[in-house]
Order: sequence, then structure tokens, then C-alpha cells
Amino acid sequence: MSVDNQSLAQRRAPLVPIRSALPWLIASGFLLLLPQVFPSGAGLTIMNQMAITIVFALAYNMLLGQAGMLSFGHAVYMGLGGFFCMHLLNQVEYNDLYLPLPLLPLFGGLFGLFFAFLIGSFSTRRAGTVFAMISLGVGELIAACSIIIVVFFGGEEGVSGDRTMGPEVLGFDFASQLEVYYLTAIWLVVAALGMYLFSRTPMGRIANAVRDNEERAEFLGYSQRYVRWISFCASGFFCGIAGALFAINFEILTEENLNLATSGSILLITFLGGVGFFIGPVIGAVVFTLLQTVLSLYTEIWQLYLGILFVLTVMFFPFGLTGLIAMHFRPWNLGKFGLLVRPYAVMAVPALVFVSSAVAVMEILFHARHASIGDEEMNLFGLTINTHSQVPLLVACVAVVVSFLVIKRLAPGLKEAWDEANHQERGAP
Amino acid sequence: MNLFTKSLLTAALTASVAVGSTAAAFAADTIKIAFIDPLSGPFASTGNQGLSHYKFAAQELVNSQGGVLDGAKFEIVPFDNKISAKESLIQLKVAIDQGIRFIAQGNSSGVANAITDAVKKHNRRNPDQQVLFLNYSAVDPALTNKKCNFWHFRFDANADIKMDALTDVMASNQDIKKVYLIGQDYSFGKAVAAAAVRFLKAKRPDVEIVGNELHPIGKVKDFTPYARKIVSSGADAMITGNWGSDMVGLGKAVIEAGFENPIYTYYAASDGITKTFGEAGEGKLKLVMEGQLNPPVSDRAAAYTAKFEAQYPDYDIGQPRIANVIEMLARAINDAGTATDMVKVAKALEGMEHDSIWGTKVVMRAKDHQAIQDVHIAAHTAKDVKFDFDSSGYGLKVESTVKMASADSETSCKMQRP
Amino acid sequence: MSLFIVNILDGLVTGLLLFMLCSGLTLIFSMMGVLNFAHASFYMLGAYFGYQISTYVGFWPGLVLAPVIVGVIGAAIERYGLRRVHQYGHVPELIFTFGLALLIEEVVQFFWGKSQMAFEAPEALKFAAFSIAGNAFPAYKLFMIFIAIGVFLVLLYILTKTRIGMIIQAALSYPETVQNLGHNVPLIFMGVFGVGTAMAAIAGVIAGPVLGTFPGMAVLLGSIVFVTIVIGGLGSLWGALAASLLIGWLQTFAAAYNLRMADLLTAIGLSEPVDMAESMLSDLWTLTLPQVGPILPYLLMIIVLALRPQGLFGKRET
Repeated sequence: MSVDNQSLAQRRAPLVPIRSALPWLIASGFLLLLPQVFPSGAGLTIMNQMAITIVFALAYNMLLGQAGMLSFGHAVYMGLGGFFCMHLLNQVEYNDLYLPLPLLPLFGGLFGLFFAFLIGSFSTRRAGTVFAMISLGVGELIAACSIIIVVFFGGEEGVSGDRTMGPEVLGFDFASQLEVYYLTAIWLVVAALGMYLFSRTPMGRIANAVRDNEERAEFLGYSQRYVRWISFCASGFFCGIAGALFAINFEILTEENLNLATSGSILLITFLGGVGFFIGPVIGAVVFTLLQTVLSLYTEIWQLYLGILFVLTVMFFPFGLTGLIAMHFRPWNLGKFGLLVRPYAVMAVPALVFVSSAVAVMEILFHARHASIGDEEMNLFGLTINTHSQVPLLVACVAVVVSFLVIKRLAPGLKEAWDEANHQERGAP
Repeated sequence: MNLFTKSLLTAALTASVAVGSTAAAFAADTIKIAFIDPLSGPFASTGNQGLSHYKFAAQELVNSQGGVLDGAKFEIVPFDNKISAKESLIQLKVAIDQGIRFIAQGNSSGVANAITDAVKKHNRRNPDQQVLFLNYSAVDPALTNKKCNFWHFRFDANADIKMDALTDVMASNQDIKKVYLIGQDYSFGKAVAAAAVRFLKAKRPDVEIVGNELHPIGKVKDFTPYARKIVSSGADAMITGNWGSDMVGLGKAVIEAGFENPIYTYYAASDGITKTFGEAGEGKLKLVMEGQLNPPVSDRAAAYTAKFEAQYPDYDIGQPRIANVIEMLARAINDAGTATDMVKVAKALEGMEHDSIWGTKVVMRAKDHQAIQDVHIAAHTAKDVKFDFDSSGYGLKVESTVKMASADSETSCKMQRP
Repeated sequence: MSLFIVNILDGLVTGLLLFMLCSGLTLIFSMMGVLNFAHASFYMLGAYFGYQISTYVGFWPGLVLAPVIVGVIGAAIERYGLRRVHQYGHVPELIFTFGLALLIEEVVQFFWGKSQMAFEAPEALKFAAFSIAGNAFPAYKLFMIFIAIGVFLVLLYILTKTRIGMIIQAALSYPETVQNLGHNVPLIFMGVFGVGTAMAAIAGVIAGPVLGTFPGMAVLLGSIVFVTIVIGGLGSLWGALAASLLIGWLQTFAAAYNLRMADLLTAIGLSEPVDMAESMLSDLWTLTLPQVGPILPYLLMIIVLALRPQGLFGKRET
């Protein structure tokens, strides 16, 4: 991993060196200003959702990326934290429990931690496939229980509440979306910083060691099982925070917060972003939320695109989107980034044609198959197309093939330029 | 790689456009109705079917008649909630942000419960931007009882009313001595079972309920063991509120296991279900529903249905009440003289008596905002069916009708009016 | 008693159907060390291809053609997808098959839409083979039993009695040695993956008319298939058979008998709360066996994994 090289140097550095504090300050400032750019309610909702997904994805990556544990049931810890918080909110509303809303995520975290401690006690005994399978089983079990245990989970309709019933804090009652945004943003920064610092502690390092070679870590005197358990608990804590933030934002929790689909999508998000980097899940969450909310406005088959994107990522870019960006640091540092600009620009044209024509083929086929009879026209990239005539489909298919051939032809050149850009002259520092 | 950057870029660009161009949308000449229902995922066909009927009804019943107020036209704006409560609330916010004040939703009582709560909270927190919730399909009785609120209107007969009508018809059939109840394990399934027990006890104390059970929703792969129990119980009839694949699975398994008696259902029609049952369901499947398609009640109804089928051959009028929603909303807006003051529109809608295109009178009961209308028991059959479902030749033919079903039923609703 | 026999038969059908999926999955696992999350998706593809072919030329050609097509698709995915991801390690492989499962579901919806297909059992088998105390047992289910047993016997024969079976078994344990002997191990892997997916497709074609052909069918069965082979012991054919039958009967009998928690609780001397709606324990009191039926396999899996991680019949730990 790219971060590992810096770690040795950092260990002797002061606790919070200015250089590493800078990105956090910039990010916080960015979060502060975002509502000025997108002031609408829907914009705020999407940003809140993004923030929650980021916390959840970062917490998930504490397992997948840092400890090498693949979980298929991680929604459980976020969901349980959220359900408990929802019940706390209802206690505030109906039984006059004194609990200022901004502190709620802390309790969510503690609930998440509690369940992670409990379930982790047996599920983290082994890593790899066994852990993945147990996590799947526990996930399915609790999701199914949510329908059965109606008192706690509220059955199919879930549990809802009202966040504004608690005591006012500094004059805020959190009725408006903007106040909730700032609350969420503050918790996002706190949680992200917490997870970052955790990854820098000796404990976080040992988790990496167990991930990479559990036997060797064991020989060094660390119990791999306890290391996994502690990582699992820490992840559960931050998942619980995400759950509490969800409860505050949406004021409802349902079975959906626990089920396999949610667990699967967090895996997808984290992997898309890049598991090997701290920032990876953040990028994954932002991209995914945008794709989900925006792409679904424009096309019915957005999930198909997402599936293709995911499978291609696993096949060709196992380090995700962040890995793709990080690949370019080396040429940049070597001062050879300029070598890549031209081949990239040349490749961009056929690639763009390939993607848009492939999209066109799929959209036309889908429309021809599923639009109601008589509805033969569709709007594609601003063009009106008759999907029942063969011409547009044929044109798109030809464009796919031709652009693919061009890409194939250009690929060796790009590869050459890439190798050259990554090549360090002998003797150079 | 380019796939990534391109989608990221387009996403970012379109996001700023989509989110940036907000509250400006409330043009005087259109009244927008947000349609929030599943348009993708496993229940997409139900959502799309409802959407096409809404579009058709808005065009046929309002826009082509000159619109409402000073010629304002209805526009249906679809929002895909993927049948998730969370996604529905997001889409609700998006809709409100676009200046839409009428929210139509129907699929899944769970989603309806979430929306009615959210609408209540929103209207309290934003008195200048209130919205109305037009529930056209979610039939959990709680929505017009314990959870009722001033902004929610239900146009479908709720689960209790349907069961009241169904048991009226069953009570007159002396062949029925033993009844088996089976449903999905959630609020709606439980409501159906509870209502069936209550009404059967009151109307036919001699009928024995030989089975009353709930199965996990959407999780049963094979209904054969359930079917065995039903057949072995010797039941003369069974009642189920199942929908979607749970309905198909249960129905097929029961018929295959040799069950020869009537199966009373809520949702065993259209969306591919009618086609899947086909001949096997003939003479067995019965449906309790509102809105009579076969035989057509009037030339107007027949013409309306025929025009819809011609325009959307893939879909059916599976939810006839949508026509009532559109007509009654148009009347309420005209009566109130405004499409922006929701309190006035809601007051106009309360207690409204309306002559439906489907031949029934519809009364929007003021005390709980529950529509009272004729409820029919229809049979799945190929005989005398003018308008079939799923282009399968099979459709629903009304066999008996309960006039203004449950018009004087009790409600626990304590309506709080602004 | 008669109901008991009927349930035994029904459970056998479910169990054998599960086994047709599990045998392929476990074979693939023991060969490549990867759990194919998308295995149930090939079952779904089988059902959809079977349906599509049956609309043109009838059920029987579909039963033969659909598995062949799906097997070829499976082999191609192994060759061009899985083999590529293999170099990154097991976790990315698992994630790849997970993504594949999502993608196949989307592709199926792309072509066939979201509603249930009207996939019917062939007319020749649409009669009740026999009837026990009023409960009809369809001939089609009898046919399913025969197909499943037939597939199992053929598989067993190939694996233990033929030359190719010997090579496969050898390649399972000593891939390098087999490679050095001049056998094309990657080709064997591809073949096994193709055959495994084709078997899932056979299960899909014969289950499609009974269990329904719809986009959710893979998800509905997918995690159960996993659970079954984990319980049986990863890589063990006999374990898969035992676990499949166990799960089949478990689910059938759980659904078939309305045991109520309330009876159990009263039997041990507790008294039912007067006002059920107000009681915190109302869910416990109203619990019935059919309600908890679907979660029993997961419970069983967690217990097995916690106590005996190699599964009932497994020889090695995963």
C-alpha cells in the first residue's frame, strides 16, 4: 500500500503534524461551504445521505481494507445502532428522556459496539471464507428476525420517530434540513478522524499485519483472533454512528437497513472507491450516491450500468477508483506526467465513442423490448430515435465495434507511454 | 477508466443542474402530481402500470376537458422509490423541492406509513409549503385509524372494508363450513387475518376457522408444505391477502396439491399473475376489489377502458380507483379555488360525494379520510370477459357487489384539523 | 401419518433440487478454492433460457439446450473473468462472483423484464401421479426426483469410474503434478466450472415451472445454497447430499407443522399475558414454527461453523 512507506517516518513525527492536518482542515472547510453551493432541500438530503454512506463505508473498510475481513452482513451493525437510536428518540418524545440530539450518534456507536462485541466473539475466530459465511448467516438471521420481532423492529413498516422533540441545543431544534446537515457534517469529520487515527495506532498497524500474514503476526506474539475482534468492534462502533445519523436524517428505520442488499451495496461502494486507501470509501460513497440519485433520473437500467461498472472494476482495477488515481502519482512525482497527456487525449476520443455507443445499444434494445407498444421513439443524448427501425441500432453497433478496434490499436501505444512515464532512470534519486 | 471519469463528470454536472434548478418550477398553467412508486426493481411492473393509468386519467379526465381552475393542466411527475421507505422520503423531498404539492403513492403500506409520517412532519415544520398525500392503494387499516392525519386521503377500500364485503358474500354461501386463513407476516397480512376472524365470527358463528397462519413475506421458496396443510385441513375455502410472487407461489401450490374450493384473494390479478394462473385458476380464484371492469357498467367506462388498453397494450386498469383520485382531486381544486392552499383543498376533498366512472358513488369520509364505495367480489375467468388482463384472455368478472361497503364502520381516528 | 409421508416426499424434492445446485458449487469450490456467489444466478439463467426455448420448441428441447448454453456461458466467465481475478487472491474472487450475481440479475431483467414468466410444466406431466389422503402428488415432481437422482448417479460415475474423473480428482489435490504430467489443468478447471453451472441450469429448468421464474429467484435460493454446502462441508459431495436433504426436510417440516411457542411456554408453566398487544414479549408468544422456518438453516450454519468449522462431512478447514 502506498501509505505504508510514509508510516515509518510519521511514527517519530509530532502527534498532529501540520502537513497531515491540512487535508482535514480543507475537507472541513469544504463541508462548511457546500450548503452555499447546493442550498435546496433535496441537495441537502443527498449530501446528508452521502455523509452517512461515507461513515458507513469507512467503517466497513476498517474490516475489509485494513483487517482483510470480508463481511456480507455489515448492515446489521449500522441498522441495530439506528434502531436503538430511533427507540431513544421515541423515549425522548414520549417519556421525557433528557437527551440532546447531537449526542445521539455516540449512543448509536455504543450500541453498534455492543453488538459487534457480542457477535464478533464467535464470528472473528477465523478469517477468510469462514468469517464471510458467518457474517452472511448472521446478517440473514437478524434481517429475518426484524420481521418476526415486531416490538423492537416494527415489522415491515419499521420504526419511526421525530428528532425535534428533544431539548434545544444552542437554539437549534433540528427541524430544518440545514441544521441536520451541519450536525451530520460535524459527526462525519469526528468519525472519519477517529477512524483515521485508529488506523495510525499500533493496533491499526497490527490489524494490517494480521491481514497480510496471520501466522507471522501470531509468531510476533499477537493473537490474530483478538486483533480481528478488536477491529470488528471498532468497525461496529463507527457503523453504529452511521446508523444514528441515518435515524436522525430519515427519522425511520426499516428491515431494509439490515438486509443483504444494504450489506452488499456497502461492499460495492467500498470496493468501487478502493479498499487499499483511507480515502477510497469516501470517493466510493460520493460516486455511488451521485450515480444512484442522478443516473436513476435519466435511465431505467442504471443498476445494470452499476453492475457492469462493478464487475469491470473488480476485473481490471482491483484497487478501485482511488487506485486508479494513485497510479498516476508516480509519473507525477517523476515529472513525466506530461508524457501521458497526449496518449490519453488520443485514447479519449474512441473511448468516449465506445462508451456512448455501448450505452446507446443497451438503451435502444431496452426501449425496443420494454416500452409500451406504439411508443417507438426515445430520446438519446438529445437525439430522437425510432427504436423499432434497425438503422439506429445498427449504427450504434458499428460504432461499438469500430471504436473497440481503434482502442485495441491504440492500446499498445498507451502502454508504452505508461511504462515510459513510470520508468525511473538509473541513478536518479 | 474513461468509463469512470465520464460517469463521474456527467453525474457531477447533471447533479448541479438537477439540484440547482429547484423551487422555480411552479408554473401557473400546470399542477404537478408527484407519483412516488417503484419504477425499477421487482415491483416495477405494478408501479409502471399505475403510472400509465395516472397519465392516461390526467389526460382523459382533466386535461382534455379543459383542465382545472383557469385551464391549468395536470402533469404526473414520476419518482422511483424502488419500494424502499428511505428512498421514498428522499424522492418526497425532491418532489417538494420542485414545488410539487400533491403526492400520490400506493404500493406497500410500509412505504405509505413512512410517507404519511413524513408529510405530517413536513407540513408542521413548513406551513407555507404544505403537501397532500393521495394514497391510492395502501390498505393497512392503521392509516385511517391510529395513524390517520389531516393530509392523508385513502381512495382504496382498506383491508377491513374489503374483508367486511368478502365475508358478506361468503356468509351467504352455506357450502362454506371450514375456512383456512393464510397471509404474509406483516402489518397488512395480520390485519387481513384479524378482520377475517372478527367478521366471520359475527356473521357466521358456525364457520370453523381450521387454519390461521402467517408465512414470512417474500422468503418462501416453495409453498407446497403450506398447500398440504390447507388440503389436509379439509377447508371449503381459503382467504389470503398475499400479493406479488407470494400470491403466485401460494396459489399454484394449492391448486397443484388438489385444492378444489374457492380461493378468496385481494391481489391475484394483473401484473402477470392472471396470465400465470390462466386456466388453473378458472372457477377457483376470487378477488375482492373496487372498480368494476367486467361487465362494463356504462358506455363511458367501456370507452375509457378500451382507450386505455389501446394506448397501453402492455398494461391493464389494475387499479380502477386511480380515475377517482384524478377526478376528485380536480373537483376539490375547483371547489377550493386554489391549488396552493392545501388546507382549502383538503377541506374540499373531505366529505366529497363523487359519481365515479366505475358506476359507484365514492364518499370521502371526513372523520378518517377513508373513501367509501361499492366493493365487488369478482371471479378469475375467461367467460364474458370484455377486458382481460395480461392479454391472456382471462380477466375479472364481477359476481356480487356490496353497495357502499362499511359506510358506517367505526374508526379510532381522532382527526386533528389545522 | 399420511401427511407425514407426503411431507417426506416434498422435502425430498426440495432437498434434491438443492443438491443439484450444491454438487456443482462444491465441486467448483474444491477445485478452485472459491465460493461462487453467482451459482444460483446460473440456476436462474437456466430457468429463463428453458422458458425462452420452451416458447419456441417446447419444454423437452429446453431441458437439453438451456444447460448447454448456460454451461458455455459459465465456462466463458471462468476463462475470461474468474481466471483473471484469481491472481488477486480469494477475497477479490469472492467479490467478483458477488458482482457477477448482481450483474446477471440485472441482465435477466434487461431482457425479460421484472415480472414472473409463464413457464409451464409440459402437458405430458400435468397430472397427479398419486394421491395420499386427498393430497395430490404431481407427476412433475416425481420427474424432478428422477432427474436429480439421475444427474447424481452420472456425476458419481464420471468422477469415480472414468479416466477424466480420475484426472479431475487428481487435479483437485495436486494441480501442479497433473500439469506436469501433460494435462491441461486450466482447461479442466474451465470444464468443471462449465459442468457445474450447467447442472445448476438443469435444476433451474426443472424448478422454473414449480417455484416460479422471476428475477428474484436467484437471491431467494442463493444464500441457502451457500448455507447448505457450508453445513455439509466445503468440497464434500456426500456432505452436500446430506446437507441438502437435511435442509430440504427441515424447511418442509418447519412449514408443515403449526407448532406454536404459546403452547410450549404454557407447557413449561408460564401463563399467557392478558393483554397481548401491550406485552413486550408478545412476539415470543405469537411465534410459530412456520414463521421461524426460513431462518433455521442460517441458525444451523452458525452453530456448525462455530462448533465444527469444517462442516459435517468436510475434511479440511476453509
